[in-house]
Amino acid sequence: MNEYHLTHLKELESESIFVLREVAAQFEKPALLFSGGKDSIVCFHLARKAFAPAKIPFPLLHIDTGHNFEETIIYRDNLVSKYGAHLIVASVQDSIDTGRVTEEKGFNASRNVLQTVTLLDTIENYKLDACIGGARRDEEKARAKERFFSHRDEFGQWDPKNQRPELWNLFNGRKNIGENFRVFPISNWTEMDVWQYILQEKIEIPSLYFTHERECFIRDEVIYAHANVIPLKPTEKVEKMQVRFRTIGDISCTGAVLSSASTVEEIVKEVAATRVTERGSRIDDKRSEAAMEDRKKLGYF
Amino acid sequence: MAKNQQSKHDIEHSYLDMDLLRFTTAGSVDDGKSTLIGRLLYDSKSIFEDQYEAVKATSKKRGDAYLNLALFTDGLRAEREQGITIDVAYRYFATPKRKFIIADTPGHIQYTRNMVTGASTANAAIILIDARKGVLEQTKRHSYIASLLRIQHIIICVNKMDLAGYDETVFIKIKKEYEALAVKMNITNVHFIPISALEGDNVVTSSKSMKWYKGRTVLGLLETLTIANTGNTDAARFPVQYVIRPINNEYHDYRSYAGRIAGGVFKKGDTISVLPKGLSSKIKSIDFSGASLAEAFAPMSVTFTLEDDIDISRGDMIVKTDNQPQVTHDIDIMVCWMTDKKLQANRKYILKHTSNEVRCIVKEVNYKVDINTFDKIEDEQIIGLNEIACITIRTTLPVIIDKYSKNRNTGSVILIDENSNVTVGAGMIM
Repeated sequence: MNEYHLTHLKELESESIFVLREVAAQFEKPALLFSGGKDSIVCFHLARKAFAPAKIPFPLLHIDTGHNFEETIIYRDNLVSKYGAHLIVASVQDSIDTGRVTEEKGFNASRNVLQTVTLLDTIENYKLDACIGGARRDEEKARAKERFFSHRDEFGQWDPKNQRPELWNLFNGRKNIGENFRVFPISNWTEMDVWQYILQEKIEIPSLYFTHERECFIRDEVIYAHANVIPLKPTEKVEKMQVRFRTIGDISCTGAVLSSASTVEEIVKEVAATRVTERGSRIDDKRSEAAMEDRKKLGYF
Repeated sequence: MAKNQQSKHDIEHSYLDMDLLRFTTAGSVDDGKSTLIGRLLYDSKSIFEDQYEAVKATSKKRGDAYLNLALFTDGLRAEREQGITIDVAYRYFATPKRKFIIADTPGHIQYTRNMVTGASTANAAIILIDARKGVLEQTKRHSYIASLLRIQHIIICVNKMDLAGYDETVFIKIKKEYEALAVKMNITNVHFIPISALEGDNVVTSSKSMKWYKGRTVLGLLETLTIANTGNTDAARFPVQYVIRPINNEYHDYRSYAGRIAGGVFKKGDTISVLPKGLSSKIKSIDFSGASLAEAFAPMSVTFTLEDDIDISRGDMIVKTDNQPQVTHDIDIMVCWMTDKKLQANRKYILKHTSNEVRCIVKEVNYKVDINTFDKIEDEQIIGLNEIACITIRTTLPVIIDKYSKNRNTGSVILIDENSNVTVGAGMIM
């Protein structure tokens, strides 16, 4: 390699920053979807780099299921105050209270699917024309088909069989009234890239990603955090376990992994040796083989 | 099925100097593209246990006689049902040497536009040829697209060698047939590998059934291909993407121009011109995220501040004064048409080129290319879906261009339909 050569992480960073700047230039009211998970944290970090020394020219949008890990909310609020970011919180509870959605019932009830309605309502209320998300193509087979600039019709729907061709670095964000875009700046990153980047850039992440002792129980071979929002079946036993989370989502659909990793270096090692995908512990993907595709068509993240 | 812990361990330590190779796969329907990628992922230990179990279960449910490797890549419900690839699927894997991004593109003729999409960012293209069928129309079309898009390396995989008795003469016959074709298309840098994606011959491990083949495996080749790095020789180009003006006291008069370097190297102090107006200045600083850099090169995303206060906005281009692109209203492009609505003279479109968007009119369809013979058909004035033509367009405002053969970033355009806003054409400036 000679001197004019970028490492894969630098090239990915440059590509993502290019995409974020395109969003700021091409759209009037973009927002960065922020879940408090590592991918949205990396997007936030990239956005800070993209527009430095100015502030990020768009707000963060958190779709709050109300079923959060407390650590995520603490992290989110610290981040917002530290960098003076503008945060919009849209609540699934409000969608339930106003009758927009009906809460699922039963032991496996989750607010994951309900989020879509809250998200689409928020896009409409704030007249957002682009929502930036931290989804990656390596995560899931339907996401592998996503464009960087993903067009949504006036119902917020994704039409995977009729996507705009995306050529070179020419991103076509043109749209008709009522339509909007989802934009995925870290499309080409893998889970490993994200962790290596967090390590390289020394990015602060929520404590949930590191090993900690937690009251958990096991259901269908998945380790769940014991929480009020997940009712226990009579046969299920709560016990203390040494765990960490590989992904962070709604508490009712995020499984933990047994782990002793207490630093980012150790997480990188663990990820390198792991034999299951990170979404292997996401209950929301397990509902059917096309669970993600079906939710995405309706307007999910 | 155990993941190769040793190689993953190396990755974790060497990631600071790994590079990135983007490649695409193409070929006719049922040539086994998805199977090849499934095989690459599987044999390079990049498939996780839960993915493997899911594919095994689906394969069994469908009554497949063997593990259907294509299921690792076909993502959409319709694709699994019909057993074909509809849209570009992106896949990722890494070896200790390199990280790879694969664009798995469809073979069906109605999805050719997706092949163009996948090929537009690729450093290398794998084109599959069925050993029993030889060079087909789609092979020619895809090779032509690969040559048009100036993909640096073309790897011809003669697949299904297991069904051709692993016979060297079959391989040599197809190689000769393709070489004759390559000459016509000015394709150089062609590599030929006899493989069986299904059986794994010469994909990751050398074939025991084809001892007559002494070359590299597909993965071995992908790991060692040189990635074009023309930083030293390319003309310096910086399309302005966005203007950064912090609203605070610390940076009161700060104004920087953000963009991704599209070619060459810029250094602090360089004399530059801002096109299309042609005003000149010097680079005062190259800033990135709080740091000041002595130089920056393609494809870095950075910001520039200039010595002089000149009016610059998105769509302008900063270039080194000693080597300038062309500023013009009239462009000849080779266009690949991507929609049912025909292309013809006098139609108006939006032209997107770097960070610039202008309206344009098609002045003339110069000729259509017969992709079987590569002949120019001069009396065809109407261009349909998946066809390729040379056209002349005139833009309402000047555009700042290089030839595609000189620079992929400043030499490429897309045409957008003004009503639907859909991308309808991919153009390479001639």
